[in-house]
Amino acid sequence: MSLPYYISPEQFMKDKHKYAREGISRGKSVLAIEFSDGVLFVAENPSATLHKVSEIYDKVAFAGVGKFNEFETLRMHGIRQADVRGYSYSREDVTARGLANSYSQVLGLIFTEQLKPYEVEILVAAVGDDPGKNELYHILYDGSVADEHGYVAMGGEAEALGEVLQKNYKEGMSIADALKVGSKALSEVGGEEVPADNLEVAVLDRKRERRKFRRVSEKEIGELSR
Amino acid sequence: MPFDQAPAAGIEPTSFSDLVRQKRPEALPSVEQSAAVEAPTATTILALRYDEGVVIAGDRRATEGYSIAHRSIEKVFPTDEHSAVAIAGTAGPAIDMTRLFQTELEHYEKIEGEQLTLEGKANKLAQMLRANLPMAMQGLGVIPLFAGYDLGRGLGRIFKYDMVGGRYEQEDFWAVGSGGRDARATIKKRYRPDLPRDEAVKIALEALYDASEEDVGTGGPDVLRSIYPNIAFISREGYRRIGEEEIAALFDALLEERKAAGRVHSRESVPGSHEVNQ
Repeated sequence: MSLPYYISPEQFMKDKHKYAREGISRGKSVLAIEFSDGVLFVAENPSATLHKVSEIYDKVAFAGVGKFNEFETLRMHGIRQADVRGYSYSREDVTARGLANSYSQVLGLIFTEQLKPYEVEILVAAVGDDPGKNELYHILYDGSVADEHGYVAMGGEAEALGEVLQKNYKEGMSIADALKVGSKALSEVGGEEVPADNLEVAVLDRKRERRKFRRVSEKEIGELSR
Repeated sequence: MPFDQAPAAGIEPTSFSDLVRQKRPEALPSVEQSAAVEAPTATTILALRYDEGVVIAGDRRATEGYSIAHRSIEKVFPTDEHSAVAIAGTAGPAIDMTRLFQTELEHYEKIEGEQLTLEGKANKLAQMLRANLPMAMQGLGVIPLFAGYDLGRGLGRIFKYDMVGGRYEQEDFWAVGSGGRDARATIKKRYRPDLPRDEAVKIALEALYDASEEDVGTGGPDVLRSIYPNIAFISREGYRRIGEEEIAALFDALLEERKAAGRVHSRESVPGSHEVNQ
């Protein structure tokens, strides 16, 4: 027989929130910054193969912070859903809003129904045909969604990073400027310069053909930050 | 779990086909009835290797019995950056199969973070053809050609298939479809290893033109409507389709060449034609 004990729902939820937030705050951060041709992602990530930012569909990308296996599961869920929808209907019917909605449902359910909440924050971003039409959906571990504009900071140092970005962010920056703003914010908040080989950078570039997502190589990072 | 964390047992975690079969079986092509069905058929397609990769091409006609079902159908599709499929056989299922194959490759690439090898792609297509066997038995067969640039080995490769999923690698060139034999005859006379690209493209165009002269199922270039064969090439730099205008110019040059060589006769010059008319 299990031990009969009582925890008030308020306390239980508070504990879950605290647990999830603490988990997330231990991880490294990811930034998304809008620039003239789309959306740029910058993350501090020593691994060149385990990505925090990845492609979901033609115009949609995914970024995650927190526990790797958990946001990786979410990433695959997004790809599966997007590919099935795009194949059964048409490629245009896959939208960032639809995916964000689905993620929100999934994370909300996990948060309320499972003992251990996911320790993740994710971003679903889509590049629009015009600069004003980009979409950035920031989704938290409990399923709450924020529709953001301009820039998003997620992860351990999100608040401090957000403040630095607020100061330096300008509308319509070039990719090089956006990258400088991003890496500067990471270095400033982290207290030391992040070397180029520890940066993971990717873009959703509206000038590309069908698949807008592209990883930016270490060499290109060097050229852009000159 | 509130979502598909791990697909059900017996399902390959990166296979898009398995995923659709599980989630939306109705979206996959299938035929339940036993009666044979008439449907538009796509015809001549070909591929040949050149020094830096592979050229893949197809005419633009689809036929249904003795009538033309479509004048400007596309038969050459890029399946990813470094590979392409050309289709012959029943047009509907062939186009569906190509779309599924394209999604399959992209799905794998996104989930795994790297592309399948060219060999892996070719084998996957063979499996899809095997799955199509019940439809092939009812006369809805699909015969694709698969060509791509093998980044690992640094060369262009061509795979031909039969209707039941047999996969055969072709060293130099191949053509299939109702005009396939005629197209092969032309390529065979002109082909040599390490052709430069421009010459390979010219041979492809010439082969399709010859096939259209011999085979009713193969469409020739339609100058009036500006419909020309689809020709593309794949090299280390990726897939590139040759523009309509460039093909039109190449075709004009081909006709001039044939006229100059005296291979196109006017009606009067054909011996005996007057006597028949009189």
